[in-house]
Amino acid sequence: MGETTLQINGRQYQFAADKETPLLTVLRELLDLTGSKYGCGEGQCGSCTVLIDGKARRSCMVPVWAAAGKQITTIEGLAKGEQLHPVQQAFLEEGAMQCAFCTSGMIMSAVSLLNATRNPSEVEIQTAMQGNICRCGTYPRIVAAIRKAATLLQGAQS
Amino acid sequence: MTPKPKMPFTIEPERYELTAPASYVFQSDRREFFKFLGAGLFIATAFSKAEASQESGAARRNPEDSLPQEISAWLHIGEDGTVTVFTGKVEVGQNIRTSLTQAVAEELKAPVQSIRLVMGDTQLVPFDMGTFGSRTTPIMNLQLRRVSSAARDVLLAMAAKQWNVDPARLHAEDGMIADPQTKRSLSYAQLVKGQQIAQVVPAEDPLILPTEWTIAGKALPKIDGRDFVTGKHRYPSDQQLPEMLYGKVVRPRAFNATLVSADTTEAEKLPGVIVVRDGNFLGVAAPSSATAEKAASLLRAEWKAEPQPSSKELFEYLKQNQLPRGERNDNSRFESGNVDTVLASATRQLQQTYNVNYIAHAPLEPRAALAQWSEDHLTVWTGTQRPFGVRSELATAFHLSEEKVHVMMPDTGSGYGGKHSGECAIEAARLARAAKRPVKVVWTREEEFTWAYFRPAGVIDVRSAVGGDGKITAWEFHNYNSGAAGIRTYYEVPNQRIEFHPVNSPLRQGSYRGLAATANHFAREVHMDEIAYSLKMDPLEFRINNLKEERLRAVFAEGAKKFGWAATKPANHGFGVAGGFEKLGYVATFVEVAISRSSGDIKIRRIFTAFDCGAIVNPDGLRNQVIGANIMGIGGALFEAVEFENGRVLNNLFSKYRVPRFSDIPPLDALLIDRKDQPPVGAGEAPIVGVAPAISNAIFDATGIRLRSLPLAPLLVPHGLRLS
Ligand code: FES
Ligand code: FES
Repeated sequence: MGETTLQINGRQYQFAADKETPLLTVLRELLDLTGSKYGCGEGQCGSCTVLIDGKARRSCMVPVWAAAGKQITTIEGLAKGEQLHPVQQAFLEEGAMQCAFCTSGMIMSAVSLLNATRNPSEVEIQTAMQGNICRCGTYPRIVAAIRKAATLLQGAQS
Repeated sequence: MTPKPKMPFTIEPERYELTAPASYVFQSDRREFFKFLGAGLFIATAFSKAEASQESGAARRNPEDSLPQEISAWLHIGEDGTVTVFTGKVEVGQNIRTSLTQAVAEELKAPVQSIRLVMGDTQLVPFDMGTFGSRTTPIMNLQLRRVSSAARDVLLAMAAKQWNVDPARLHAEDGMIADPQTKRSLSYAQLVKGQQIAQVVPAEDPLILPTEWTIAGKALPKIDGRDFVTGKHRYPSDQQLPEMLYGKVVRPRAFNATLVSADTTEAEKLPGVIVVRDGNFLGVAAPSSATAEKAASLLRAEWKAEPQPSSKELFEYLKQNQLPRGERNDNSRFESGNVDTVLASATRQLQQTYNVNYIAHAPLEPRAALAQWSEDHLTVWTGTQRPFGVRSELATAFHLSEEKVHVMMPDTGSGYGGKHSGECAIEAARLARAAKRPVKVVWTREEEFTWAYFRPAGVIDVRSAVGGDGKITAWEFHNYNSGAAGIRTYYEVPNQRIEFHPVNSPLRQGSYRGLAATANHFAREVHMDEIAYSLKMDPLEFRINNLKEERLRAVFAEGAKKFGWAATKPANHGFGVAGGFEKLGYVATFVEVAISRSSGDIKIRRIFTAFDCGAIVNPDGLRNQVIGANIMGIGGALFEAVEFENGRVLNNLFSKYRVPRFSDIPPLDALLIDRKDQPPVGAGEAPIVGVAPAISNAIFDATGIRLRSLPLAPLLVPHGLRLS
């Protein structure tokens, strides 16, 4: 068990863990960042999604060694102080959650999508989000929230 | 259904028997309860007699308790104006924290931000059987409105007394009592300052009419939504305590196994690891989840299990393993007229069998519990739809009286009827007792898919006869195992025999959204379609022709208009319809599918629901629920099935058990019929029942292939077709 340093939400975290430990376990157990959820541990549900260098990754499938030296963003680091990220704002306004257990993963996947594609089509949304399960079936509202976020982001940039 | 103990514990707690009464209204010392609340105004309301026996279990009564009647709800207004409302209902995604807060705000005339709901904490809330059966809207909403309006009246009286005026001329608004004549006003905080008032009032106060609502009935964003979009909310699986250990249960390789031997030496060598063996329970606790997993893998356990049935032979098994007649209750059978005679002589008759597989709830948050002991007091945080039921299970498992067990329920990652039982709580508590430290157990996805319980599978045999005029003359309907909910037909049939046959189920089974109504509607509504086809009648017309019930006729007729049932279909498209009646709601579901002849792909083009659940309270919330139920129904209709073999679940991962994803969701729309003349009823379940039969009927319309088993998708494969 060696010392590992990770860059998460703009902060440096140092801890001792086996290098093969999944990033999700480190976040939840050692760093008290419980916003990323365990839903399957096999990369199938998306509830553990975080951004690594701006791209959506399933943190249950990423060993800590592979995350070292990268910029990691979790749901806790998305808002700027009191100001929510436009995707968070859109999920709130569209009521795109029921039990909300999938929500942090959905938001992180959506942020990754909108980082890469400013105005995604229906098919692009479907493809990017296909790995995220919402067992409560909030899909139509989540799609609506992503569209709204795209508009909010464009407004912010123009 | 008879509960069937199947967990590897020496002490088997009750499973999904939903009627267990609890013994006390107040569990903790009353003085402690008031200390928790502090000064202010405390108001409790009592159930009416009829409601009491129905809702809270008539046996419940504490002779020590000074409260005279069955208490349904209570609330407290503190010296700072904070309103705390206590309810035994819990939040698992139905959004009742928000809708109940709205109801309180409306009746109490207090700002939404001043209201806090304490939910599902067995030490603080009135006894409640559990959150299931679509009962929150019709019952708890009403109770909380009553207690709130009672509290408002008390506040009005307090102000009237202070000013020495008639309370009738005073006005409550936005957390204030105002006197329009003198322009004086007092806030609720000012009124209750320094007071310590506790009152029980009968629950009869007039309520504000829906037409006069200003807060309730409006769309309100999820009340603590910000905590969810920022990851701040702590679900049961996110709970932590200092010194906490991580627990892991060692599972046998098959259901119903007994532990023969366990070699714990290697596991116990790991630093900080505790191993517990107690009867058939084998588990470990360790300072990290990785160590716990390692320790569990080092345990050499030997289990013994008898051979068990497999899903391949499931449907034959269900028909051959009925419970003996003596173990059934009387209302599982219904008969009228003379079915046998009519069937014997009928020229047009039809006989078919319909099957439904076991499906899993698969809540996205698996079962989780954190347990802590202090001497012989046990505190557990866990996700359950029945906190009081779990408290009983824990009390039984550890031979404690119920006052020594405190169950708390943080808002949880869904349940769908799948989290009624407390096995994970018992596991965490058992490990914590041995470790003398708090222990958290979070089930893996594999465990959740294997050791939870399932929606019952079923076989349904239907036999019918119909006259030349298209009127059904005889109807015989036998359901093996899936349950009696929604088993009776709403079509007019003079000669009927309808029977539910309970079975010694090969898997643990229990509650689920809509439960058996889904299976019964599937068989009935596909069979109706088959009769219509055999008569060359339009399936919708055939249904209406056999219906008297006016509200059901209306959802069929109005839904058909909106859907465009009579319109000409494009080539290779099919329409399907199915309807029904469940939990007092009337529903008709219409589906359009399209098939590509070249690729063999079948696509659901749209699903349209016409729904009547009485007066509509919150249209936005209602639409959301109807569509949510549709989406949940799609999974069970198309691809969900638990595959098992000799006591093991084979598809115990999301990679093997397909649930609906973004690409599986067709356009969904609903017509909500607002019946102002009818009381509002719950809407979480009825809209699920028509989905599967309407899809099956639409596929038949497009392809001529009749699908009589759920899930439908695998049945298409031999025909060279697939759902895309
Ligand atoms: S927990 Fe990582 S994808 Fe499901
Ligand atoms: S809101 Fe419950 S899983 Fe998505």
